[in-house]
Amino acid sequence: MLARTFAATAVALTLGGAGLAQDQSILVQSTTSTANSGLYDYLLPIFEGKTGIKVNVVAVGTGQAIKNAENCDGDLLLVHAKPAEEKFVADGYGTMRTDLMYNDFVVVGPEADPAGVAGMNDVEGALKKIAEAKAPFASRGDDSGTHKAEKALWKKAGVDPAEGSGDWYRETGSGMGATLNAGIGMGAYVLTDRATWISFDNKQDYRIEVEGDEDMFNQYGVIPVNPEKCPSVKAEAAQTFADWLLSDEGQEAIAGYKVDGQQLFFPNAPDK
Amino acid sequence: MHSIGDSFALALQLVLSGDADLLAIVLLSLRVSLTATALACLIGLPVGALVAISRFRGRNGVLILMNALMGLPPVVVGLLLYLQFSRSGPLGFLGLLYTPTAMIVAQTVLIAPIVAALSRQVLEDLHTEYAEQFRSLCLTRLQTVRALLWDARYSLLTVGLAGFGRAVAEVGAVIIVGGNIDHLTRVMTTAIALETSKGDLALALALGIILLTIALGVNAAVQSVRMTAARYAYV
Amino acid sequence: MSDAAIFGSVAPAAQTLRADIRACEVQDLVLRLGGATVLDGLSFALEKSGCTMVLGANGAGKSLLLKLLHGLMQPTAGRIAWGGQGPGAVTARQALVFQKPVLLRRSVAANLDFVLKARGAGRGDVTARRDALLDHVGLAHKAGQPARLLSGGEAQRLALARALATDPEVLFLDEPTASLDPASVLAIERIVAGARERGVKIVFVTHDTGQARRLADDVLFLHRGRVAEHSPAATFFPTPKSAAARDYLNGKLVV
Repeated sequence: MLARTFAATAVALTLGGAGLAQDQSILVQSTTSTANSGLYDYLLPIFEGKTGIKVNVVAVGTGQAIKNAENCDGDLLLVHAKPAEEKFVADGYGTMRTDLMYNDFVVVGPEADPAGVAGMNDVEGALKKIAEAKAPFASRGDDSGTHKAEKALWKKAGVDPAEGSGDWYRETGSGMGATLNAGIGMGAYVLTDRATWISFDNKQDYRIEVEGDEDMFNQYGVIPVNPEKCPSVKAEAAQTFADWLLSDEGQEAIAGYKVDGQQLFFPNAPDK
Repeated sequence: MHSIGDSFALALQLVLSGDADLLAIVLLSLRVSLTATALACLIGLPVGALVAISRFRGRNGVLILMNALMGLPPVVVGLLLYLQFSRSGPLGFLGLLYTPTAMIVAQTVLIAPIVAALSRQVLEDLHTEYAEQFRSLCLTRLQTVRALLWDARYSLLTVGLAGFGRAVAEVGAVIIVGGNIDHLTRVMTTAIALETSKGDLALALALGIILLTIALGVNAAVQSVRMTAARYAYV
Repeated sequence: MSDAAIFGSVAPAAQTLRADIRACEVQDLVLRLGGATVLDGLSFALEKSGCTMVLGANGAGKSLLLKLLHGLMQPTAGRIAWGGQGPGAVTARQALVFQKPVLLRRSVAANLDFVLKARGAGRGDVTARRDALLDHVGLAHKAGQPARLLSGGEAQRLALARALATDPEVLFLDEPTASLDPASVLAIERIVAGARERGVKIVFVTHDTGQARRLADDVLFLHRGRVAEHSPAATFFPTPKSAAARDYLNGKLVV
C-alpha cells in the first residue's frame, strides 16, 4: 500500500516535469558574467515575446560552457574567450563565431589600496606593482573567460603569479561573484568584468582601481552549435536567437540594458 | 554589511508579497526533493530491510559500503550523472540533462544510501526483538520484511526525513545536472548560490531563511505524527 | 460460534490427511552453549494428548528445551521426533507463547489479522476468525486499541490468541503467567485447558507448582540439564521419585 502510494506519487511528479521540455525551447551555454549581471532577464522576455521560443540559460565559466557545448549539451554558445571560441569552431563543434558585444575588465580593490594602484590606466604596470607589494590578489582560477584574460595580462606584465600561489595570489576556483565575495572578504584585488561589478551588491568599501586600458577589452561572441556534430541540437531555433541578437533590434536591446543608469554591454556585431 | 535582521525582514516581505517566481522555486524544490525522497525510500527501504534480516558472507563489507555511500559528495554524484545524461553520454538520448527529472535522479542517488543504511539499523534493532517470534510463526522472508517495514513505520519516517533534509539542502548535484535554469530547474539552493554570487547576500540569506522554515515545518509535521504514534506505543 | 468454527479441528478428521505429529520422542538430547553443557543427554517420550508440565529450577534448561522441541534451535547432539518428523519440519504446526509476549506495533485486532493473513486466511475469514478469537480470550472490547498498551495479562491473552490463530497441533508455553495477577493467571489457564480439551498437545513450562497441579497430566522435571523424573501428575505430586523433585516441591532451594 505504502509502496503503491510512493510509486504513484513518483510517476505523477515525474510526468509533471516532462511537460516543461517543449520543442520550442533552446539551451544556451553561457557565462556567469552575462547571467549574473541580469542581461538575460532583460533580453529573453523580449525575444520570447516575439518568437515564442523559450530560451534556457546555463550559466557557468566559459571553459565549462565550451566543454558542455562540445558534449552537445547546448544549442548555442555565448561566451567571452576569443581564441577558445575560434578553436571550438575550427574543431567543428560550432557553425560560425560572430562578435556580439563587449564590455571591459576592471581591477577592483579596497579603499586602503595596499599596492597603490588607484587611478592607474596601465593594467600591466598595476599588476606588477601588486606582485611586487605581494598584495593579495584573488583570481578566478577556473579556466573561465575572465581567468583566461587575467592570465594573458599577467603574461604581458612579465609576472608569473603562480610563484605567489597560496600566498598573495589566491585562486578561488569559483565563479565571478563568488570570487568577488572571497576577494572582498580577504582584502584582495580582483579582476572582474565591469557588468558583473556594476550589478554586484556586496561591494562594501571596494571600488574600481584600474580601468581604461585597451588590453582589458572584453569581447563576447555567439556561436550556434553544429548540428553535424550534435544531431540533437535545435539548430533552427538556435540560429533564430543568434540572428536576433545580431540584428539591429537585438543590438539595440543589449545597449538598452542598464543598471543604476550605467550601460553594461556595448553591442558590436558586424554590419550586415 | 547586512544584518541577519534585514534578511528576516526581507524573507518575510518575499513570502507576504506572494512573489510568483519565489513560489515556483519553492514548489520545484519540494517537488524534486519529495519525489527523490519517495524514490529513495522505494529503493532504500527494501535494501535496508533485506540486509537487516540476512546473514551472508561479505555482509560486513556491504555494511561498510552502505555507510560510506552516505557520505557521497553531491558534486561527484552530479558529475557522474552529467556524464551519463550528457547528449554525448550513454543516456543522452533520453534528453534528461537540465530537467527536473535529472535533478530527481541525482538526489535519489544521493539519498538512497542514507535511507538504506539508516533503515538497516532501525530494522535490524526491531528484528532483534521480533526474530524469534517470527521464526516461531514460520514467516517467509517477504512477510518478515513487510512486517518489519510496517512496524518500524514511524522510525522510518525519521529516516525519510533525514534523506529529505539532505536532498532539499544540497546544491552540488542539482546545479550540475539541473543547470540552475530560471523557471525550469532553479530550486532554493541553486537560487541561494546564484544570489550569493551576485553579491546579494541579504536576498541569499532571506531565501536560506525560507528554506530553513520549510525544513522546520516538515520536521515539525513529522515530529507531531511521531508523538501521536508514541502515545499509542507504535514507535 | 462453536470452537470448531474458530479453531478448525485438530483431532481426528485431520489425522487421516496428515501424520499425527503430537507425540514426541526425545533421545540423548545434548545442547552445549559457549562451552557449557546446558542439556546433558535428555531422553523422554510425550503422549500425543494432554498437558505436559515442565518443572525445574532456574537454569535447569526448560526454556531451551522448548526452543529445541519447537525447532527454533539446533541441538548439539541427540534426536527429537514429532510423529517421526524433526522439529524443523513441524514448527509451523506448533505455536509458542513466550514469557514476554512480543506484540507488533499495531492494534490488538491487527496483531491477529497479521498471523491469520500470513497463514493464508481469506479476507472474510480473517475478520470472522479474529473476532471469534478475541471473544474467546476476552479481548473483544480491546480490538481497536494499540496492542502494546495492553496490561500484562491482556498482552499474554493476546499472545495466546495469536498462537491459537495458527491452529497449532502442539502448543508450547514458556512461563506465560510469571508476574501476572491471579485473575489473569486463571483466565490463561482456562484458555489453555480449553485447547487441551480440543486435542491440542500442551507443553507448559512453569515455576508455579500450584499451576502445575491444576493443569498437569504428566510432569517432566529437569534438574541440572537432565531429566530427573517424568511421571504422571497423579503420582508426581504425592510421591515424587527423585530427591530433586521432592526438594523442589517442599520449597527447598534446589541448585
